[in-house]
Amino acid sequence: MNAWHGMILAAAAVYVALRLARRKASTVYARYLLLAVASGLVLSPFVWLVCSAFKDKDVLMQFTFLPPVRDWSPDTVNLQNFRDLFSGQQTAQGTVYFWEYIVNSLFLAGAGTIIPLFFCSLGGYALAKFRFRAKKLLMAFMLATMMMPGMLFLAPVYRMIYQLGWMDTYWALLVPGAVNVFGMFLFRQAITAVPDSLIEAARMDGAGEFGIYLHVVMPLVRPMSAAFCLIAFLGAWNAFVGPQVFLQTQSKLTLPVVLNQSLGLYVQHYGTYMAGTLLAIIPPAVLFFALQKEFVAGLTSGAVKG
Amino acid sequence: MNDLRKRPAGGRSARWTPWVFLAPYLALTAVFFVYPFINAVLLAFQQTNGPRSHVWVGLDNFRFVLSDPDFYTALWNTTVYALVSVFVQLPLALGLALMLNAGRSRLKGFFRLLLFSPNLVGQIFVGVIFSVIFMPRYGMFNQFLQALIGWGLEERWLSNPSLVMPALIVTSLWLYVGFNMIYFLAALQNVEKDLVEAATVDGAGPWRVFWHVTLPSIKPVAVFVVVMSTIGSYQLFELPYALLKGFGPKNSGLTIVGYLYNTAFAAGDLGTGSAVGWILALIIAVISLAQLRISHAARE
Repeated sequence: MNAWHGMILAAAAVYVALRLARRKASTVYARYLLLAVASGLVLSPFVWLVCSAFKDKDVLMQFTFLPPVRDWSPDTVNLQNFRDLFSGQQTAQGTVYFWEYIVNSLFLAGAGTIIPLFFCSLGGYALAKFRFRAKKLLMAFMLATMMMPGMLFLAPVYRMIYQLGWMDTYWALLVPGAVNVFGMFLFRQAITAVPDSLIEAARMDGAGEFGIYLHVVMPLVRPMSAAFCLIAFLGAWNAFVGPQVFLQTQSKLTLPVVLNQSLGLYVQHYGTYMAGTLLAIIPPAVLFFALQKEFVAGLTSGAVKG
Repeated sequence: MNDLRKRPAGGRSARWTPWVFLAPYLALTAVFFVYPFINAVLLAFQQTNGPRSHVWVGLDNFRFVLSDPDFYTALWNTTVYALVSVFVQLPLALGLALMLNAGRSRLKGFFRLLLFSPNLVGQIFVGVIFSVIFMPRYGMFNQFLQALIGWGLEERWLSNPSLVMPALIVTSLWLYVGFNMIYFLAALQNVEKDLVEAATVDGAGPWRVFWHVTLPSIKPVAVFVVVMSTIGSYQLFELPYALLKGFGPKNSGLTIVGYLYNTAFAAGDLGTGSAVGWILALIIAVISLAQLRISHAARE
């Protein structure tokens, strides 16, 4: 019997009491209780991660989360893990600093968002608002390509990247990822809702086709653009297999690759390792909370119609 | 379809416009999809040693894979994981969605956001975090289990072959329940309120309303989620790879894609890697077609 058991028993007792007195209230109570428990379970690894990052390595193993507040001091709760993290890593290819990986990841995720945003929206516009020969055939082909598991292409693409001389360059990651079918379908769906009359009117006014895309269509599909940016950024930021397979030079690597290889390097310093992981999950979180409404709408827009 | 019925006023030049706009996609698809696709077919019948050399070997790659016990270990692990995803994870996600949908409160958005948040963390980062959470004695999971049921503090989740799959499942529940909940929640919000109310007025209890009104209305989305979840499960790789720093003791965390990755890149055998890729593509195609068939048959 401990505090946890006490809490569980108390919660159950409240439920039984409510059930006897006011049935309806007991359902509401049970619902919020379960949701709170689920939320607690979901949150706990995040809380634990933050605590691990700020605990000194001498007390890291002593407490599950943070030491009690009365024991806080620069010896127990401090920024040492972050200082160690940024102090540079001795590798076979010289000293590499953690900020280099952050810059690489930011660059690749940034470029891996902006470039597909342009090409996917352009393609999506063509699919949504133009009639042309073989369009049905093209869209069936696009759907079929979406069904193929990506890993099937890894071996042949690897050989191709090698033959192109793109090994250990960012071209290997940015060029094949410059446009994707999923994004084009997302934009096609959003742009279909743009009134034809607006496009016609712009054409009457003598606007060029690209000008219509840029100045008429794109401003009207801002929410979808936001959702797409978030999805693309998450994908590029969290990408592992591509960078792992195509990049070799230590100072060109990205955060997922480095954190996956680093347990060996930081093995006695879980705190440093967790500090690095904490930093690695902040940028997507910031972007998500800025764009979360659009994201959920974009994520489910394909499914709900089904 | 909202196509412009009339020919665009731009005349001749406008006829080429869609092709110009689609050109980047068409070019990249030709280079990075069609050509590798043909190559993937050819590679599967070649023996390679790194990206440079190759010899034709007929069906030997397939024969090798299908007689390799490691492949069957991978197939078994992946199938167990996929079954748990569909029969444990999705019901949990639906349950959470039902609980969220029942309330009208402003807390709904808050809970939805919170339960979804693990999805922002990439599989590799999740694997890294949980590899420490499952540490014997010091890991949060072990300490939590010990406090709750008096067992688990010293368990070596990631180095005991029979505990690797449970640990992987716990991790994937944390990561994906909220994600699938979003889909179910979106579907539940489209269920006609009148229908539910009519059934309730007619004296149907909450279970009967769920089985006869709610579930049939969300069926299209449920089928979509089941198929996507199965396809995703069969492509599992990064999460166990980071969690176990490889494939775990006795390959207890080896998945099909892990096997492919290992063959193609660790061992440099791109040919056998391609053969595994085709076997995987076939497995996924057969299973998703079967699921769609079953859901059509169940429609009556």
